[in-house]
Amino acid sequence: MSKRLVVIGDGMVGRRFLEAVTQRDPSWDVTVLCEEPRPAYDRVRLSAFFDGVSAEELSLASDLDGVTVRLGEAAVAVDRDAKVVRSASAEYPYDKLVFATGSYAFVPPMEGADLDGVFVYRTIEDLEAIKARAAGRRHGVVIGGGLLGLEAANALTLLGLETQIVEFAPWLMARQLDEAGGGVLKQHIEKLGIKVDCGTGGTAIEARDGRLHMTTNRDGLAFDTDLIVFAAGVRPRDQLARDCGIAVGERGGITTDLSCATSDPDVYAIGEVAAMEGVCYGLVAPGYSMAEVVADRLAGGEATFPGADLSTKLKLLGVDVAQFGAFDGPLATTYLDPANGTYAKLVLSDDAQTLLGGMLVGNAEPYPLLRASVGGKVPGNLADLLSSGEVEGTLPDAAQVCSCNAVTKGQIMGAISEGCCDVAEIKACTKAGTSCGSCVPMLKQLLAEGGVEVSKAVCEHFTQSRAELFDIVKVTGITTFSELIARHGTGAGCDLCKPTVASILASLGGGHILDGEQAALQDTNDHFLANMQRNGTYSVVPRIPGGEITPDKLIVIGEVAKEFDLYTKITGGQRIDMFGARVEDLPKIWRKLVDAGFESGHAYGKALRTVKSCVGTDWCRYGVQDSVKMAIDLELRYRGLRSPHKLKSAVSGCARECAEARGKDFGIIATEDGWNLYVGGNGGFTPRHADLLVSDVDSETLVRTIDRFLMFYVATADRLQRTSKWVEALEGGIDYLREVIVDDRLGICAELDAAMAEHVANYADEWKGVIDDPEKLQRFVSFVNSPETPDPSIEFETVRGQKFPAGTTARSHSGPVLLGTPERK
Amino acid sequence: MTDARFEAVCAFDRLIPGRGVAALLADGAQVAVFRLADDSLHALSNRDPFMGANVMSRGLVGDRGGEPVVTSPLLKQAFALKTGECLDDPAASLEVYAVEVADGEVRVGAKVAVGAAA
Repeated sequence: MSKRLVVIGDGMVGRRFLEAVTQRDPSWDVTVLCEEPRPAYDRVRLSAFFDGVSAEELSLASDLDGVTVRLGEAAVAVDRDAKVVRSASAEYPYDKLVFATGSYAFVPPMEGADLDGVFVYRTIEDLEAIKARAAGRRHGVVIGGGLLGLEAANALTLLGLETQIVEFAPWLMARQLDEAGGGVLKQHIEKLGIKVDCGTGGTAIEARDGRLHMTTNRDGLAFDTDLIVFAAGVRPRDQLARDCGIAVGERGGITTDLSCATSDPDVYAIGEVAAMEGVCYGLVAPGYSMAEVVADRLAGGEATFPGADLSTKLKLLGVDVAQFGAFDGPLATTYLDPANGTYAKLVLSDDAQTLLGGMLVGNAEPYPLLRASVGGKVPGNLADLLSSGEVEGTLPDAAQVCSCNAVTKGQIMGAISEGCCDVAEIKACTKAGTSCGSCVPMLKQLLAEGGVEVSKAVCEHFTQSRAELFDIVKVTGITTFSELIARHGTGAGCDLCKPTVASILASLGGGHILDGEQAALQDTNDHFLANMQRNGTYSVVPRIPGGEITPDKLIVIGEVAKEFDLYTKITGGQRIDMFGARVEDLPKIWRKLVDAGFESGHAYGKALRTVKSCVGTDWCRYGVQDSVKMAIDLELRYRGLRSPHKLKSAVSGCARECAEARGKDFGIIATEDGWNLYVGGNGGFTPRHADLLVSDVDSETLVRTIDRFLMFYVATADRLQRTSKWVEALEGGIDYLREVIVDDRLGICAELDAAMAEHVANYADEWKGVIDDPEKLQRFVSFVNSPETPDPSIEFETVRGQKFPAGTTARSHSGPVLLGTPERK
Repeated sequence: MTDARFEAVCAFDRLIPGRGVAALLADGAQVAVFRLADDSLHALSNRDPFMGANVMSRGLVGDRGGEPVVTSPLLKQAFALKTGECLDDPAASLEVYAVEVADGEVRVGAKVAVGAAA
């Protein structure tokens, strides 16, 4: 009989524990009792719920072998003699038991704290209730000015409420910041229109005319408000343990030793409910360490808790706040710049040689280096560190760079010397930077320190990056490659810089891509407006916007494919690809397609490919917006736009997401109130889900935002850099992108809008431009001295009733495990 | 002036600077003819030795470290226009043909021994 493990609670730490235990010792038969109606979710990002991120997106649930999760079933008693956990409806025997019950929100004893309109800030259900209450109302009070309180205040602001913070301590974030730091933070927050009263506590709440009235400990100070949120700290949920006689700490929490074992050796406690050697940790990272310790113990190991790094760095209401190492010490040096709203404090040993800790408000750039230096020498010059945040100097190998995953500088330098040459590879190799991401700037510095120069030069002929060449072309008005390379490059060019410059000229409105000197720059696919295949023939892809096509047009494609004997296949982008076209047949094929109303699908270009759609409201029972119409509109708007790499998009008509929009460069998902726009998604070699850029916007705002996103990408991305890598590489990531194209922080939105307007106005079908131009048609010949003679070396064979390049069958049989699937390019 | 070994393939003006065309010679050989920006001409076999397709004429020309090259449109290997040598794989090469312009006509001649071409 297998060993039975029962886990009480399915939160972030509990989930990490399940993953660890199933990985290390799959022989456990695990039952999880989860009181909430949904499985584990990312509570650290809870506020993102008000930013349009759905409960599903916050979910951390995954199917694990050997694990049964009982949702909505709370444990009500533990019988340690019988070794059984009871819920209201069942009994679960255990060999080992783990408490991962977390905390509950602390509500100070206060008259009226149980009235309607008074909430805590802990679960998705709490947030849904707050959202429902806030609808149509205008004012909210948050009790608590710590981490959680500021999160809650941010949430109320996002819901459109005037927000008041009431904090009992004399300044904000009193557990992380000193008085000066708290003061600077208060300045920032008040600038956002949030009111802050510190040194103030609520004394009673009463209902008045459908609203709430809260009196305080300060004479005459009272608040009339629509809702009150308690966010004044948490307490460990240890009642169940107390009831069954397990030892708890004086200030609450289940007492454990460094192996997370409780007073009962068959019972462990992890996460916020554990009082490890008397200390409760309210952060997720120490909880994860405990999860790993217990998983190791259950697999027969002897791991002990390695100690907690309580450093934190966060962006609260747009303000950087960080605290690391010791809060106070023998020697402290501070820097305060009220004009810029920055404050820094470093705590040093009495000889000023060793960094013990510190805090940063307003600018947390030096945080990764400083945090990694705690316990060692102060990195760089103190005055520079404090004033500009610029740091030079190197860390010892033992310094921990990524505290979430406990990766040291030495491990990262080792990975670099073994060939990791960018941040993505370091992440994959060492896991550094994969959790909170705050050490990513540090990883870049270490790459530089390891001698990895990340050259942005396009090729040996241009030292500039693609973005720099784009600016040069835009500013100088240069319209030819020869002039650009003569003035800003060297040599004759190559297959890297020529197509790059061709794309830049096309993006900046250079007429037909085969006009004049531009013709010589185009990659072969662009030169023949078709995709070259392995045997030198081409594939032809007409545009089918949104994937919607009439029966008559389908028949035309069938007739053309039959007449020119082309292999046909439905593509992943909801259109039809015709393969095996000889170069001399391309104009004849396109004459027929253009006459039937088709136009180029740009499958050959670094340009917009397709905008996929789901079925849409007209037919689907579930759709909430007309996804097909939107997909067609978007595809027609952006068709022909030349970009650093191909662009793919999709529109889903509801949250079921049938169009797989989040795997696209820009994906749109309909909501009850409008559209959510996600950007930077990718399938391919490195799949990535797109990030939410804006939510619940109307169609006009959606299109304007996409316009700007695309034009900003076209102007600033590297050669062959997809939007996913581009967004990741932006300093500040998606938040920075939002500041630029939604809030217009750089003042360039008008220019981006104008550039897209010009693109839309000047679009013309490239294939129509060829078949109406005898000079361009001349190039589509098999041989210059025998234009109509087909290349005699091209041969085909028949497989599954269609034609394939000769040798297909032989290739498929020589391949490894290709079960009847021909190897295709 | 006319050399029997040379075959006229097209008018010089038909060539776009920086691009190539394919020609079918009387003996069935397929040749890629390139016109560079300085109006110089190069003729090489049209067959990509890696994939076996006759597509070299559709590759992009340029230079690598000053050496004029054409890049295969299939897998992007670079070949020296003067010698036919593949700069990415010394085992592979293209044959080089003599080429000239006479009376505004591009004419392709016999294969040139590799190394002698310049």
